[in-house]
Amino acid sequence: MDLVSGLFEAITASSTYVNAALFAGLLIFAASGEWIAERSGTINISVEAMLLAGAFTSAAGYTATDSFPVGIICGVLGGMVVAGVQAEMSHRLTADQFVVGLTLNILILGLAGFLARVVDLTTKTAPRWTIPGLSRIPLFGDALFGHPWPFFLLFLVVPLAWWLVFRTRWGLEVRASGEDPQAGDVSGIDVNKRRRQAIYFAGFTAGLGGAFLIFVQVGRFDEGVVSGRGFIAIAAVIFGGWTLRGTIAGCFVFALALALRLQLPNYYEGVPTELLQAFPFLVTIFGMALFAHRVRAPAALARPFVRGLK
Amino acid sequence: MSDAVSQGVKRQQRQVEWVGLYAASVAVALVASALLIQTTGGSSLAVFDALIEGSLTGTGRWGLTLGAAAPMLLVALGTIISARAGLVNIGQEGQLAIGAAFAVYISFRIDGPGPFNLVVLMVFGAIGGALWAGAAGALRFWRGVPEVLSTLLLVTVATQLTAYALGREWLLLAPDSVGARNNVSEQLAEDNRLPNLSVLGNQIPFAAFLAVVLALGLAFALARTTWGFRLRMLGKSPKAAQRAGISQTRFGMRAMLLSGAFAGLAGAVMFAGGGFQFSNFKFVPGFSGNIGWTGLLVALVAREKAIPAILVAFVFASLRTGSSFVGSTGVEARVTDVVEGLLVLALLIPPAVMFLRDRRRARLATTERT
Repeated sequence: MDLVSGLFEAITASSTYVNAALFAGLLIFAASGEWIAERSGTINISVEAMLLAGAFTSAAGYTATDSFPVGIICGVLGGMVVAGVQAEMSHRLTADQFVVGLTLNILILGLAGFLARVVDLTTKTAPRWTIPGLSRIPLFGDALFGHPWPFFLLFLVVPLAWWLVFRTRWGLEVRASGEDPQAGDVSGIDVNKRRRQAIYFAGFTAGLGGAFLIFVQVGRFDEGVVSGRGFIAIAAVIFGGWTLRGTIAGCFVFALALALRLQLPNYYEGVPTELLQAFPFLVTIFGMALFAHRVRAPAALARPFVRGLK
Repeated sequence: MSDAVSQGVKRQQRQVEWVGLYAASVAVALVASALLIQTTGGSSLAVFDALIEGSLTGTGRWGLTLGAAAPMLLVALGTIISARAGLVNIGQEGQLAIGAAFAVYISFRIDGPGPFNLVVLMVFGAIGGALWAGAAGALRFWRGVPEVLSTLLLVTVATQLTAYALGREWLLLAPDSVGARNNVSEQLAEDNRLPNLSVLGNQIPFAAFLAVVLALGLAFALARTTWGFRLRMLGKSPKAAQRAGISQTRFGMRAMLLSGAFAGLAGAVMFAGGGFQFSNFKFVPGFSGNIGWTGLLVALVAREKAIPAILVAFVFASLRTGSSFVGSTGVEARVTDVVEGLLVLALLIPPAVMFLRDRRRARLATTERT
């Protein structure tokens, strides 16, 4: 079979879409919180650490209690602890946000790797729910409506993120902090507080994303379970031009690349494995190269706010 | 009290505060690490003893530590250049791997006298690293892609690219390793290796001298040359730089290339210098071994200053060389990664606290005057 027909087979297989939906789920959990953090003015590269911490703590929580809801709550807590360090250090103590984020990524990778060898984790995926009727749609039915149940939390988190940002006073203040912190400050908004809260929300959704990895996608913890998907989620936010709609579209595009990487070898074996491994990252880079200069970032993105300093 | 005296007192008080804050932060990080080791059933004292022995007091160990510190310092110097220009290059791990691969490729295809080969090899390493960082720079300046993200994503691509090259005989793979379980390159010929200097039973690698000389040179260039001044201006205030006729694209791109070149040079030095656990003059899977990440942390902890980076690189290299002795205490050697991360986090706190404190004092001083 040649490459073109192999690609065609892979694209028309419904299993590709099931995989893509799983990757998209992970990316959307991570990206919806990341999107709010970036609207508030922080490029939160510790989202990678939040995902990994969430995955580890949810696996630990499940091992201890054999309960999926407890596991998910532990995952959220894990994500929020990392968010706490990131938020307090970068927006209370004014340490550089990238430095803190990078350090957290390295620290959590080491910590999770160390603890995973010390503790025995036994986990599995949650029971599968299929939505009757909808899950029988050809090609996409299974992908969108038949998954272990924590998948469906996605349908709550995304509207929640949208509602918070566009329909609450808090969301308005978050956006003001990201666009013009000086103006926000003089009109009575505690800019750094809003930014911290936005990062906590990112920790909340990324923690859910970590639990998603364990209970929906993979089923067991491994220190390589995240391996750069957090960075792809950040890229999705940029790709989407800092709109929620675009961010989710970006998640789907990059998730399809991640899924094709898994599926293509079943149909066509001529592509070197290294190229396949790098493929989603190349797609991400090209995607950003095409779209990044056409969109407008929040004006104060990645600029720390200290009163009186511009 | 006269003004001069009171200022002297203030300066002294500030110095005490600095030292106190740093001491407290490091203590907290160490206590947290110790607690982690104790709660997971190890002995923290044994681990710290092993770290000291493995990095300093063991036979021939501090020479190895210097060998591990050299590439870390080189990476850190590159990071300092890009950071001074206001660019966040955090993909050194990938730039180092590509630089090393370039150096390996050329080293088996030239046949001159040893020193000549070494120079060519190091130049190629620098070129490789510069190309990889340059890709991120080009994306930043011509396509508007934030370099924070592109450099990170390119790390994964670099890892896969070097793995691909290592699997192909026409690129890096050694002919006699075809079909073997692990792909490795040929071994570098003895004439082409970086020399060591023997002192008190320790082998001090030439790379360590090179790195220190470059650090001193960079510190001078940043503080005392027009180039350094322009670079700092670009980083501190792009607007002022533009008014002064400093092209952000041209200067930023150069800073990016140079920053990658240092990481690539570090890769070449790791290959040709042997040093600590750097795979015995061969290119192997996972060659970069987190030296790029650690070098980046060195630059951040040294607060983007070249001379403090020398000391910080040595401390972080000690953690690296010490970790190979930790296994004998029954504690996972990965624990040193945790210690390293906690130390870095702790060391970020004092400058931030001092910054806030200085500002509060300044504000109080202005309100007193009015």
